[in-house]
Amino acid sequence: MRTLKVMNASTEPNTVALSVRNLVVDYAEIHAVADISFDAEAGSVTAVIGPNGAGKTTAMEVCSGVRRATSGTVSVLGLDPQNNRLEMNSRIGVMLQDGGVYPSGRVGEVLEHYCNLFGNRERADDLLEAVDLGSKRKATWRKLSGGEKQRLSLALALAARPEVAFLDEPTSGVDIVGRDLIRGIVRNLADSGCAVILATHELDEAQRVADHVVMFQRGRLIANSSLKDLYGDNQAVTLRTSSKIDLAALAMHMNCRVDQNQTELRLYANSDANFISRLSNWFAENKFVLDDLRSGTPRLEDIYRELIDVSEQSKS
Amino acid sequence: MNIFRSQLRQELTVMARNGEQLLLLVGIPVLLMVFFSQIDILPTQGLTAVAFLVPGILALAVMSTAMVSLGITTGFERSYGVLKRLGTTPLGTKRLVLAKVVATCIVESAQLALLVVVGIASGWRPVDTNWLAAVAAVVLGTTCFAGIGLTLAGRLRAEVNLAAQNGLYLVLLLLGGIIVPNDELPKGVKSLAEWLPSSALSELLRSAFNGYELIAKSIVVLLVWSVATCATATIYFRWSD
Repeated sequence: MRTLKVMNASTEPNTVALSVRNLVVDYAEIHAVADISFDAEAGSVTAVIGPNGAGKTTAMEVCSGVRRATSGTVSVLGLDPQNNRLEMNSRIGVMLQDGGVYPSGRVGEVLEHYCNLFGNRERADDLLEAVDLGSKRKATWRKLSGGEKQRLSLALALAARPEVAFLDEPTSGVDIVGRDLIRGIVRNLADSGCAVILATHELDEAQRVADHVVMFQRGRLIANSSLKDLYGDNQAVTLRTSSKIDLAALAMHMNCRVDQNQTELRLYANSDANFISRLSNWFAENKFVLDDLRSGTPRLEDIYRELIDVSEQSKS
Repeated sequence: MNIFRSQLRQELTVMARNGEQLLLLVGIPVLLMVFFSQIDILPTQGLTAVAFLVPGILALAVMSTAMVSLGITTGFERSYGVLKRLGTTPLGTKRLVLAKVVATCIVESAQLALLVVVGIASGWRPVDTNWLAAVAAVVLGTTCFAGIGLTLAGRLRAEVNLAAQNGLYLVLLLLGGIIVPNDELPKGVKSLAEWLPSSALSELLRSAFNGYELIAKSIVVLLVWSVATCATATIYFRWSD
């Protein structure tokens, strides 16, 4: 399999490629997106994360020009998605959630068509190989598996050789091998200077590929920072145990905050070797069961849960 | 390949792959023409059965391509998100619409040529044909029916649109003077039928192919429908559900 060479001389890394300011999108009764602002930089992957219905897709659609905002401004490569649509379209690649291919369309033909639409910057054969669909050239869209559909849909976005790529849930319904392939392509795309904006409700996905994270909750932003900063204050040790633990005693002994959810205990502290050894000794002395001990960067899922809790509490 | 030609090829490919539409575009018109020209049961207003039928069937063919086929395909494209996705490419609305227009004209030309051949084989001999009027009527009819098809396609859910287009096709066929002359319809129905675009188009084609004078009312009816339906399609069309 070949990797794609994507060159984008015009976009320098770390320049803002997408800028969203005070974006509001109202549907009949609800604020789908309520006053959101964030930037996405060239050369990095910005993950737009949040549960289903949080407003991710709506925001992506406004940014890629297929939906109008109620108010606020969006600028893509300095262009307005509504007023400079065709100019913007020739520089962006978009992967929508619903595929957008006619069921009787054949893989090779559809991809060639998209290459034509973007002035043949890429060759359909190269793209097919890159997404590992070389053997499906003649297959129709309706015969493809969920994962194959996603890979073709990604290839259609790549046909633009984009400076900004909007990818909505690119790995949903894709098997593990396919996921790795897609993540690899996403990473290459960003490394070549493209600003990748990737919406996903799978936090594991975001954790693996994102440089920057924008978290949505009910149409609002609850976080907008680099993955590194997000981890910064959230160093933790998690473990499982079937023993009955006195949380207060543990917190006192370890001199840190301790949380418990249904399945796990979490200790908020810099998890150096000394800390781990004191912890395991305490379990051994008390003859407690110690299982699945993990330390270091927390899972994005846990950070997200906490942020949701904070945002819900501040509301009530 | 340039953008327009590539899109045109896509349009034609999609139409060619919708095999079931072949029945609508070719099967039904040919069947109606051959059947009713061979058994003389229609009140054909002094014309031979085939001389009455062929112009009406040509009008039906225009309706099936420009309204039903274009409308149904576009409705499904909308519901599958094809239009939305194309909206994120450098294609642009103008080129998309133009590609659809040209594709419709290509299919229609082939369809009409085939029907004329079948008509001649069934004994049709047009007299004093006003070809210019015939072509103008087909162009105007195409515009009008495309406007109707796209108005429905731009608003209704794909499945509802499918049913509506087929239902409308049947109504416009029966009340269009295509097989049964409008004079044979009950009085109230007749006065409604006269104002339908299918009646106007079949009337104009019948005049053009039989050396009659063109009826001004039919021209006006078709013109008004064309302007009105293209305007509603433009105003009310939604690119995605």
